[in-house]
Amino acid sequence: MELITPGFGLLFWMIISFLIVWAILKKYAWKPILNALKNREKSIENALHSAEKVKAEMEKLQADNQKLLAEARVERDRILRDAREMKDRIIEEAKILAQTEGKKQIDAARESILNEKKAALKEIKDVVAVLSLQVAEKMLREKLSGEASQGEYIDKLLNEIKLN
Amino acid sequence: MKLNIRRLVFDFLIFGTGLLLSTAQVKANEADTLSNKSEQPEKKEAFKPGEIIFEHIGDSYSWPIATFKDVEVAIPLPVIVYSKTSGVHVFFSSKFDHGHASYQGLEIAKEGKEKGKIVEVQPDGTTIKPIDISITKNVLSLFISLGLMLWMFISIARRYVREPDKAPKGLQSFLEPLILFVRDDIGIPSIGKERHEKYMPYLLTVFFFILINNMMGLIPIFPGGANLTGNIAVTMVLAILTFIITMVSTNKGFWVHIVNTPGVPWWLKLPVPLMPFIEFSSSIVIRPFVLMIRLFANITAGHINVLSFIMLIFIFGAMKPAIGWSFSPFSVAFVVFIYFIELLVAFIQAYVFTLLSALYFGMAKEESHH
Repeated sequence: MELITPGFGLLFWMIISFLIVWAILKKYAWKPILNALKNREKSIENALHSAEKVKAEMEKLQADNQKLLAEARVERDRILRDAREMKDRIIEEAKILAQTEGKKQIDAARESILNEKKAALKEIKDVVAVLSLQVAEKMLREKLSGEASQGEYIDKLLNEIKLN
Repeated sequence: MKLNIRRLVFDFLIFGTGLLLSTAQVKANEADTLSNKSEQPEKKEAFKPGEIIFEHIGDSYSWPIATFKDVEVAIPLPVIVYSKTSGVHVFFSSKFDHGHASYQGLEIAKEGKEKGKIVEVQPDGTTIKPIDISITKNVLSLFISLGLMLWMFISIARRYVREPDKAPKGLQSFLEPLILFVRDDIGIPSIGKERHEKYMPYLLTVFFFILINNMMGLIPIFPGGANLTGNIAVTMVLAILTFIITMVSTNKGFWVHIVNTPGVPWWLKLPVPLMPFIEFSSSIVIRPFVLMIRLFANITAGHINVLSFIMLIFIFGAMKPAIGWSFSPFSVAFVVFIYFIELLVAFIQAYVFTLLSALYFGMAKEESHH
C-alpha cells in the first residue's frame, strides 16, 4: 500500500521546506499584508466616520444658516417698517410745520394789512382834515368879508360843533 | 535592474528546463536503441490501467513528460540516498534509465514491498532500504509551489508596504480578496476577533499551499501534474502542524472539559472513564487524522477519476482501436466535467482544511467558559 504509506523523503522535505516558507512568509508577507489591510480598513473607517461628522456639521451649519436667514428677514422687515414709519412721521411733521408756518405768515400778513389799512385810513383822515381846513379857510375868507355875516357864521359854526 | 534580474531568472528556468528535457530525450533514445533489441516483443504486453493510474498519482524519481512510441521522455531529478554500508550517493535519476539499470549498487525495486523505491542490492543478492531523501517529482513540485508562493506573496507585500493606501492592482487585486476571505470568513468567525491574528500566518500559508498545489495538480504537464496534496506524507505534515498548534493553544478549560465533561451523568465517567475516552479520541486523536485523510482522499480520488476516464479509451482501444476512437469523445467530455468539479474541489478542500484548523484553534480555548 504505497499510496497510504508516507514516504520518508517527501516527509523530510515537506517538514523542512514548509516550516521555512511559513516563517519567511509570516515575516515578509503576512505581517506586512495583514497590517496594511488593517490600517487601510481603519483609515477607511475613520474617513467614513469623519464624513459622517462633516455631514452632521453641514446639516447644523445649514440649520444655522436658515436661522440666520430667517432672522435677517425679520430684521429687514423691521427696518423697512421702521423706515416707513419714520417717513410717515417726517412727512406728517413737515406738514404740521408747514401748516403752522403758513398760518403764522398769513396772520402776520393779515396784521400788516390791517396796520397798513389803519395807517392809510389815518392818512386819509389827515388829508381830509387838511383839505377841509383849507376849504374852510377859503370859505371863511369869502364869507367873512362882511362883519355881520362873520358873526353870524361863527355862531352857526359854534352851534354845529355843539351838535357834534 | 530588478526587471533584468527577473528576466534572467525566467530565461534560466526556461532554458534549464529545455536543457534537462533534451538530455533526458537523448538518454532515453540511447537506452531504447540498446533495449529495443532484447525487449521488443515484451513491450506489447497486456495493458494494465490500474498500474498506470497508480504510477501517475504516486511519486517518481524522474518527472515523466510523455512517451513517444517506446521513447520515454522525462526530466531527470537528483537522487540523494544515504546507506549505512556505502555512504551518501548523489546523482541524477537518469542513471537508472527509467528503472531499467542499477547504479552504484542502487536500483529501483521492480517488485515486492518496496516496489518503485530505491533499494540497495547487497553482495548476497538481498536488498536493503537506504535512507532516501531524493528530490522526487513530488519534492520538486513542493519546491516549485513554495517558490511560487514566496514570489507571489513577497512581491505583493512589497506594494502593501510601499503604497499602503493605494487600491490593489495586478496580482494583488487577485490575491487580496482571498486573503480577506481567509481572514474574515475563516479566521475571525472561528477563532474570534481578539485572538485570530496570532493564527493568521499559519492559516494563510496552509490555505494557499493547498489551493496552489490542488490547482497545480490539475495541470497535466511539467510544473504541474504532481499529486502533491493527494500525497499522505504532505497532508500528514499539515495535519500534524495543525495538531501541534492546537495543543499549544489549549488552556485548562479545554482539558477539564475532556476529563470531566460537564452535563454528563457521573457514572459515564467514574468507574469506567467512558466519556473522557470518547472526548479524548474525538477532540484530540480523530481531528488531525481526519484532516489528513480528507485532503489526501479527495485530491487522490479526483486524479484517479480523471485518469480512469482517460484509461477507458485505452481499455476499449485494446479491444478494438475503432471502439477506443469512438468512445474517446465521451471520455473527454467526462474528463472535462470532472476537471470543472476538481477546480471546485481544489478550492473547497483548501477552504475546509483551513476552516477546520481554525475551528480547532478556536475550540482550544473557547471551551473554558462551559
